[in-house]
Amino acid sequence: MTDFVLLDWSRAQFALTAIYHWLFVPLTLGLGVIMSIMETLYVKTNDPKWRRTTRFWMKIFGINFAIGVATGIILEFEFGTNWSNYSWFVGDIFGAPLAIEGIFAFFMEATFIAVMFFGWDKVSKRFHLASTWLTTAGATLSALWILVANAWMQHPVGMEFNPSTVRNEMVDFFSIVFSPVAVNKFLHTVFSSWMLAAAVVTGISSWYLLKKRETTFALDSIKIAAIMGLAGLALTLFTGDKSAFHVASSQPMKLAAMESLYNGQKSAGLTAIGIVNYEKKHNDNSPPMSWEITIPKILSLLASHDLDGFVPGICDIINGGYQTKDGVELSVSEKIRRGKLALAALADYRKAAGANDTAAMQESRTRLDTHFKYFGYGYFNTPDEVVPNVPLIFYSFRIMVILGLYFIGFFIVTLVCIFKKNFHEKRGMHWIAIFSVPAAYIASQAGWIVAEVGRQPWAIQDILPVNAAVSAIPSSSVKITFFIFLTLFSVLLLAELRILSKQIQLGPEPEETGAEK
Amino acid sequence: MKRLIASVITFYAEGFRRMTLGKTLWAIILIKLFVIFAVLKLFFFPNLLNSRFDTPEQKSAYVAKQLTAPHGNLLPEQHQKHTP
Repeated sequence: MTDFVLLDWSRAQFALTAIYHWLFVPLTLGLGVIMSIMETLYVKTNDPKWRRTTRFWMKIFGINFAIGVATGIILEFEFGTNWSNYSWFVGDIFGAPLAIEGIFAFFMEATFIAVMFFGWDKVSKRFHLASTWLTTAGATLSALWILVANAWMQHPVGMEFNPSTVRNEMVDFFSIVFSPVAVNKFLHTVFSSWMLAAAVVTGISSWYLLKKRETTFALDSIKIAAIMGLAGLALTLFTGDKSAFHVASSQPMKLAAMESLYNGQKSAGLTAIGIVNYEKKHNDNSPPMSWEITIPKILSLLASHDLDGFVPGICDIINGGYQTKDGVELSVSEKIRRGKLALAALADYRKAAGANDTAAMQESRTRLDTHFKYFGYGYFNTPDEVVPNVPLIFYSFRIMVILGLYFIGFFIVTLVCIFKKNFHEKRGMHWIAIFSVPAAYIASQAGWIVAEVGRQPWAIQDILPVNAAVSAIPSSSVKITFFIFLTLFSVLLLAELRILSKQIQLGPEPEETGAEK
Repeated sequence: MKRLIASVITFYAEGFRRMTLGKTLWAIILIKLFVIFAVLKLFFFPNLLNSRFDTPEQKSAYVAKQLTAPHGNLLPEQHQKHTP
């Protein structure tokens, strides 16, 4: 029997840690690019105002980096303690990208960040600029390897399961790294981080305008940030379209949950806004939505790049029988049956290996390989266990998209005002910019909720569900550490907000001030 | 080469000495690392498999039993009792 109390607390703890870690990462990624652009302008124009602007945002970058650094390591601890079956089962596929991240990207970041902070007036302008860009590149490369590992869990490729070691072994490194899901996930995440950082820079700069302080600095910062934010959003939209296409083919249940789509359709419309029927089950006749506004055919276009394409709903995925590019889709009941055959084959293989019965090993290995594609389904007893939390995913997706569209409008209006040279007079815009900062974080976190809650109940899509991935440990120990983390994270967050607020109130240093503090 | 190493050391030493806000941030980083590695990792987050089993074969056997047991997950102690 699965201990659902243990499973829920283990998931809650992982979600808490990941959400907290993700408060810091996007600002590091986006602000790195913004301050690098500002310093490039300084080196190109030799105008000291850009040096002053760069140094202020570099300070904000440093605070965010210092508070956020190492919070991701806790996730790795949780893998070893709370998710030990998963950690063993994924073998070096998960370990290799994380090791590369640790060795290469982190050291690159750590080396050049010292030059970036200590090197003003000590190294040449160009060398300093190169260090700033390389720090940003190092942070982005760190994100690449983490996202490659995450993308593999969403779309496992390039591996072979070894029943002797009970581990998945990497057989094609490049197919893992260059998997379309990994590449797109990386780009989508990085570009959306540009938007978040742009919102933060615009918000803080607008506070100075409201206070009638540092007007030139604030307007220069907003101009760069708004251009970056708009570019980031355009690229986020483009990669978001690719994401929908990949999700439709490799995680159709996630897409159906995002749309609360129970019955598949050709020429399916995209629900712009709506209210989900919380009582809806896949096998009843109640309507999935209490109310909705739909944009005709757009879901089919996103999912299949064809206005009349078929998009399977939750019931279609459970019942099977619809056509995919690989043939007719099996029902979940049939997948469960095959998954249980794969699990039995693994047990038989282990038994035969213990008895040194080569013929029986060969026979069970053949059975295992035949059904391994459905291995994870063997842990379910009823088809409805493969349905994730539809309302949470539906609303998170809409929050992400609606806020994304809001930010497009916000940055366009900001840029128009900036180029008309009247942004500094628009107090309403300043307030909107300040309140847009938390909205950017909400959009960013909502995106991760769609990605991670949307793939439930899977730890690794189709191969290992979370109820098999979790460690058999007392749930009380997970509860205790959950609250320890909650306390620790809250203290760190308060420390960051306090330090940030103090530095923002102090403002950019006078240009005469000496080297970096 | 010696001059290069010396200038790198001076570069870092001077950089650290002239920090103001940086000192606070480093204090936060060091406290955080202490809590993460010396408290959380040591007392609350042992690697379950490494702490209970010595060899990869034992770990494989345990995980295999976890993944194939029809009655669900077993605590490591229960697994050892069931393993001859």
